[in-house]
Amino acid sequence: MSEYQLLLQRYDPEHDNEPRQQRFTVQGEHTTSVLDALLYVQQQLDPTLGLRWSCRMAICGSCGIMVNGIPKLGCKTFLRDYHAEILIEPLAHFAVEKDLIVDMTQFLAHLSAVKPYLINDYSGTQPHKQTPAQLAKYQQFSNCINCGLCYSACPQFGLNPEFLGPAAITLAQRYNLDSRDNGKAARMPQLNAKNGAWGCTFVGFCSDVCPKQLDPAAAVNQAKVESAKDFIISMFKP
Amino acid sequence: MQILQTDIIVVGGGGAGLRAAIAAAEAAPQLNICLLSKVYPMRSHTVAAEGGAAAVTLNSDSAAAHFQDTVSGADWLADQPVVEFFVKHAYQELVQLEHWGCPWSRLQDGSVAVRRFGGMKTERTWFAADKTGFHILHTLFQTSLKYPAIKRLDEYFVLDLLRVGEQVVGVLALALNSGELIQIQAKSVILATGGAGRVFHYNTNGGIVTGDGMALAYRHSVALRDMEFVQYHPTGLPGSGILITEACRGEGAVLLNNQGYRYLQDYGLGPETPLGQPENKQMELGPRDKLSQAFWHEQQAGRCGDYNGHAVVYLDLRHLSRTHLQQRLPFICELATAYVDIDPAQAAIPIRPAVHYTMGGIATDINCQTTLPGLYAVGECASVGLHGANRLGSNSLSELLVFGRVAGEQAAHYASQCPAADSKALSVQSEMSQRWLNRRFGTNATDSVAKLRRDMTLTMEQGCGIYRTGEGLAHCQQQLQALQQRYQQLKVTDHSKVFNSELLQYLELGFGLDVAQAICTAAMARTESRGAHQRLDSGMTQRNDAQFLCHSLAHYQANALPQLSWQAVQISSLPPAQRSYGTTDGAADSGAGNTKGAKA
Ligand SMILES: Cc1cc2nc3c(=O)[nH]c(=O)nc-3n(C[C@H](O)[C@H](O)[C@H](O)COP(=O)(O)OP(=O)(O)OC[C@H]3O[C@@H](n4cnc5c(N)ncnc54)[C@H](O)[C@@H]3O)c2cc1C
Ligand code: SF4
Ligand code: FES
Repeated sequence: MSEYQLLLQRYDPEHDNEPRQQRFTVQGEHTTSVLDALLYVQQQLDPTLGLRWSCRMAICGSCGIMVNGIPKLGCKTFLRDYHAEILIEPLAHFAVEKDLIVDMTQFLAHLSAVKPYLINDYSGTQPHKQTPAQLAKYQQFSNCINCGLCYSACPQFGLNPEFLGPAAITLAQRYNLDSRDNGKAARMPQLNAKNGAWGCTFVGFCSDVCPKQLDPAAAVNQAKVESAKDFIISMFKP
Repeated sequence: MQILQTDIIVVGGGGAGLRAAIAAAEAAPQLNICLLSKVYPMRSHTVAAEGGAAAVTLNSDSAAAHFQDTVSGADWLADQPVVEFFVKHAYQELVQLEHWGCPWSRLQDGSVAVRRFGGMKTERTWFAADKTGFHILHTLFQTSLKYPAIKRLDEYFVLDLLRVGEQVVGVLALALNSGELIQIQAKSVILATGGAGRVFHYNTNGGIVTGDGMALAYRHSVALRDMEFVQYHPTGLPGSGILITEACRGEGAVLLNNQGYRYLQDYGLGPETPLGQPENKQMELGPRDKLSQAFWHEQQAGRCGDYNGHAVVYLDLRHLSRTHLQQRLPFICELATAYVDIDPAQAAIPIRPAVHYTMGGIATDINCQTTLPGLYAVGECASVGLHGANRLGSNSLSELLVFGRVAGEQAAHYASQCPAADSKALSVQSEMSQRWLNRRFGTNATDSVAKLRRDMTLTMEQGCGIYRTGEGLAHCQQQLQALQQRYQQLKVTDHSKVFNSELLQYLELGFGLDVAQAICTAAMARTESRGAHQRLDSGMTQRNDAQFLCHSLAHYQANALPQLSWQAVQISSLPPAQRSYGTTDGAADSGAGNTKGAKA
């Protein structure tokens, strides 16, 4: 067991005019996650602490926070990797609703905007054929847990919340690359628009922070290439 | 108080709720559907399912075989017409999901791959790597965005049903980001709120799996059925309970005790199968209840290892190549590395049983309809009669789809023709609820929501665990009554409105306590051993069909113990026989020639 100091950013919209910091002391062993530590604070020290979590196994995407300034999943970040004092804040670039809870409305709107579902006119009663190689083309991009860490890492989204952002563009690519899909034309207007793929200035930090190693930056780049092709084709259309 | 009006309310955005909402939107596009969930839909615990979803797929397989596996896996407590319907429709539902884009794992020729699963005679489990639930949930969520009729209320907590007479006509919900109560009126309501694993201490379930929907229906006089059957999964990580999927064993993982011995052969699951050659229904691929029980015996005999103070056995995958592990079980590799700091290609993973699944739930008929007109239930919160005394792994994801669709269609049909209810009485009910809620706030001398919840989960673990005794259950019931009394005194100390987690946990705890009492009461009354319910008392260690081939029904009594009644099991074609695994196969699995119904 070692002792850690958690420096938590608190914000209670009903009482605080602005965020403040509060210090809590917690004990941690080898497998204690930052989420475990926060839940200890909530259960034992201060029941008013607001945070989101559920699966505690890095798959539901609820528990994104900033740990020492870097976007992380609380449940997949371990005290063992930090020194005695750890700064914990809500995800950057999102409006804070309370303590570590941020407003995800815009993020969800971006995901919905790219028509994230198969578009085709297949009417068979059996499954499509899709070879492992065809699956491999988009599989990685289908692993997004919608945690939003990449938005906290994205300076463009920080400047302009209208920017579709890494996860939504990745999601569009996930469907564009699916051998069963014919919906690319329907998705391109979103990607071509000023807040689409071209909003990205290729910082690439989104890929560094993605807890599922999706490489959203690669998806954004592919989308730019697609968008450029789309543009050229449209120039030569009668 | 704000009042919203819609046609169909779906409570829950997991696999069952989303499938139901889509089915309703397709069945009756003119109807409005309101999907409420206390978390964003993709956070629902369906997301954590790893292994896969079952349906008869191979030419060598048959509906009759899936039917037999499910009925014998259920220790004959499944309603056979329901099982017949299920095995008949599972395949088309998995195909439907394929058409919606689910990235199912494939064979070289592009067809869908199937894997082995515990208790299944043959390979029939569809999977998307080892993140099947994740992909099912995201596919359903993303597909639901296509239907403008589906309006979502994300992060709304349902705390009561609205009723006019016997008819359910809506829900009362708390908007978590504002703390405001709202009244939502509808013609039909579908509960799809998931299981109740979190009334126990060690479990594979996420923090949100607190039995809310079960308690909602129960408090309105709908019976909870077969609540004594709680599945322990044999392979959770020590401490956290994080699941290490059964698919590992399907891929050939073996279970070792602290002497490196494959102990399952001592529990009627042998003979030992050669490393790397798993056999369906044998050894590590026996059913979950048997495996969890074998662990208990090994622990009693002192043949467990220790991991940070937790008794463990070991899941050994070292004989599988790293490439194979990365391809078929990438999530397991990630989880083992993160949460126990073990590379499964190099060391065996310490594991122990953890509560996983509630077989019982809100009693419904085959149409997912409860005894209250307008109220439907589906998914893990429901007991449609599929799982009986023990659920087979990979049957429940398919259940969400098959019965999610049924629930959506039925609720839509009902909503299209039911007359509008008189909503005047509703404002009285709503105002009463508002006043009740206002009175929850105050201060506590020593108690707290967190303390009380911990006492409940430990009490359940002690009294209603893998093996139960009359004495232990009686003690558990007393403790639960004492906890109920403490709960009556308990106040919520955080008076804020915006995302008040203490209030939320307080309400969940109230639901959980009611569900826990139903579990304990049903377990006391069932003085036999069947499936996941095992009694150690003398004369009760065997299945007793003469007395107990029937469902338990727990009925809520305000401020008193639940009342219990019994309901006949529907047996259409497969008469009760010995449940057998390993190679001591008997009549149950091979000799059942009389399965006429299954293919019908
Ligand atoms: C770790 C794990 C692995 C599993 N693996 C498999 C597998 O491989 N194969 C298989 O077949 N089964 C598996 N299962 C079982 C299966 O995943 C679950 O039974 C199933 O996903 C439950 O789905 P559901 O839609 O009923 O509920 P959930 O997915 O739990 O969804 C419940 C929904 O209800 C909402 N809700 C609850 N209470 C309220 C309330 N008061 N107000 C508003 N909303 C509320 C929640 O927000 C959530 O959206 C697994 C289970 C676990 C825990
Ligand atoms: S791309 Fe990665 S970081 Fe971004 S939301 Fe998805 S999983 Fe999270
Ligand atoms: S709690 Fe689900 S991702 Fe962390």
